[in-house]
Amino acid sequence: MRKTTFRGAIRAALDFTLSEDKKAFLIGEDIGAYGGAFKVTEGLYEKYGSERVIDTPVSENAIVGGAVGAAVSGMRPIAEIMFSDFLTVCADQLINQAAKLSYMSGGQTSVPLVVRAPSGTGGNAASQQSQSLEGLFAGVAGLKVVMPSDAYTAYGLLRAAVKDDNPVLFLEPKSLYGDEGEIEDGDYTLAIDKARVAIAGSDVSVITYGAMTKCAFRAARTLKNRGISVGVLDLVSLSPLDRGAIIDFAKKTGRVVIAHEANKSFGIGAEVAATICESEALCSLKKPILRVCGLDTPIPFARELEAESRPNEEKLISAIEEIMK
Amino acid sequence: MEKTSHLLLYRKMQLVRQFEETVAEISKSGEMYGTTHLATGQEAAEVGVISVLSDSDFVVSNHRGHGHLLLKGACMITLFAELLGREGGICKGRGGSMHLLDFAHNNVGENGVVGGGIPIATGVALSQKLQKTNAVTVCFFGDGATNSGAFHEALNFAAVQKLPIVFVCENNQYGMSTPIAQSVKIQNLAARALAYGICGERVDGNDLLAVKKSAEFAVRGAQNGEPSLLVLETYRSHGHSRSDDGSLRDQAEVAKWGKRDPIRRFENVLMREGVSEEEIKAVEVEVKAEVEAALNAARAQSAPRGAEKYVFSEGRV
Repeated sequence: MRKTTFRGAIRAALDFTLSEDKKAFLIGEDIGAYGGAFKVTEGLYEKYGSERVIDTPVSENAIVGGAVGAAVSGMRPIAEIMFSDFLTVCADQLINQAAKLSYMSGGQTSVPLVVRAPSGTGGNAASQQSQSLEGLFAGVAGLKVVMPSDAYTAYGLLRAAVKDDNPVLFLEPKSLYGDEGEIEDGDYTLAIDKARVAIAGSDVSVITYGAMTKCAFRAARTLKNRGISVGVLDLVSLSPLDRGAIIDFAKKTGRVVIAHEANKSFGIGAEVAATICESEALCSLKKPILRVCGLDTPIPFARELEAESRPNEEKLISAIEEIMK
Repeated sequence: MEKTSHLLLYRKMQLVRQFEETVAEISKSGEMYGTTHLATGQEAAEVGVISVLSDSDFVVSNHRGHGHLLLKGACMITLFAELLGREGGICKGRGGSMHLLDFAHNNVGENGVVGGGIPIATGVALSQKLQKTNAVTVCFFGDGATNSGAFHEALNFAAVQKLPIVFVCENNQYGMSTPIAQSVKIQNLAARALAYGICGERVDGNDLLAVKKSAEFAVRGAQNGEPSLLVLETYRSHGHSRSDDGSLRDQAEVAKWGKRDPIRRFENVLMREGVSEEEIKAVEVEVKAEVEAALNAARAQSAPRGAEKYVFSEGRV
């Protein structure tokens, strides 16, 4: 294993991909000499040049549309959209084009495309640069949506995404970029349709993904000292969703707390809860399911307001203690 | 020699015309369900451009693209089968009239979103540049699409990247029901090319040989990394779609453009070159029979099953 940051793991996966696959290229705004808004692609332009790391005008439609066109004609593009909020600007290309081309053509083509986008809070960027829009995109048939929770999952998931023949939206929780972690020495992939039991627990099953996974780890540690055994399931892949793992994990304890940074309503958590309720796991529930999520508000600027609107370790601990009552 | 090649071009125009008119019939009769967008009257634009392309070149189409598909080499039976929602359709009944795609003939397909195909075409051209092929990409769209943001983003990107692409605007004078003069302040849409630092040319889109000549020039430019915008002035004789009969139009305008019908005009060219009326008529009759036979073959096919097929490709992981 080798140490690196979350950002470094993504960069390492991009670097390996560019070195290994001549069809792969990066495309996005300020990803060249500048190294990307969050410095994820730093150094890659110098190493691979302007045809493999393509800087574009501020034209999200041209970026993702261009990547779609390249993907259906022999290349394996990896696009960067500077903030996941800006995915709405090129939603046509993701939702109507990338996600539909294989289907509409009756399987004539595949669309081996990865769109990377920093997601969620981190940096106090407020309403238009802090959203967690994964639920919006996970509802689109034909699009895969994944979200790593640490350096290890970031590398493995991104490597899986670039090898996948389908369009994959790779969302990077930006609050994790600087976090230290470990990745394997050699190349590896994580399955895109598999959740990961991060901690096995016998009292409460926390089902989470992305930035909240870290909070769940901390909560589990804290609560262990208080005599509560908390399990953590990291979904890793939001679409396709590993429904089997969710059902099994819920059945283990009969007490389920779902946690995500995105707004509570109409989110991934609702889908997870519905998955449990539609299965035999419903009968093993000892308490109603709880959700610890973002408030249904735009993300505010002031530090205190942002904290109020977001889920965190303390809110998660309260919910777990509540469900244990 | 010229006579033979011109008769072949004429045959292509007839093929598209007869196909479209047959679609109009089966749509009106109710045999074909769903919407459809016909390009009757725009045959010179379609044939003039696509006839200068080679098999390895790419076409990206718009919602009014039956002709683009046919001319790039799609099998007519599979096109009709798709329009009728059959398993043997070119997209196995998953696409329909507005989403025809034919990757076997480098046709990246139609689009249900006006302007949606333009960035994709740019990506296809980028892909050719990166793979160092000599293939050119031709992107078709209507006048309506030139007001979409995707158009501006794509042309600008193609210009700065020096991509091998020709943007072809078939200006049929209407975006759905809205006349172009209500949508755009300028009269010459080709002038927009200047804003991106590329060449733009406005051509009589109902003059087959004029279109062909300009297309040849534009394709040569694209091969040298000079993208351009070709605006073909034409007219669609049907309304926008199945649900629009075009009755809002000024009848004097319809009559004026009727006199400029590209097929009739090219027949005059052929006759000046010594082709007899009988020879011309023979082409029309022969094509009609071919189209009818294709439709009948499509009719015989079965309905598709399995809505969940093709959502995802088999991943490489």
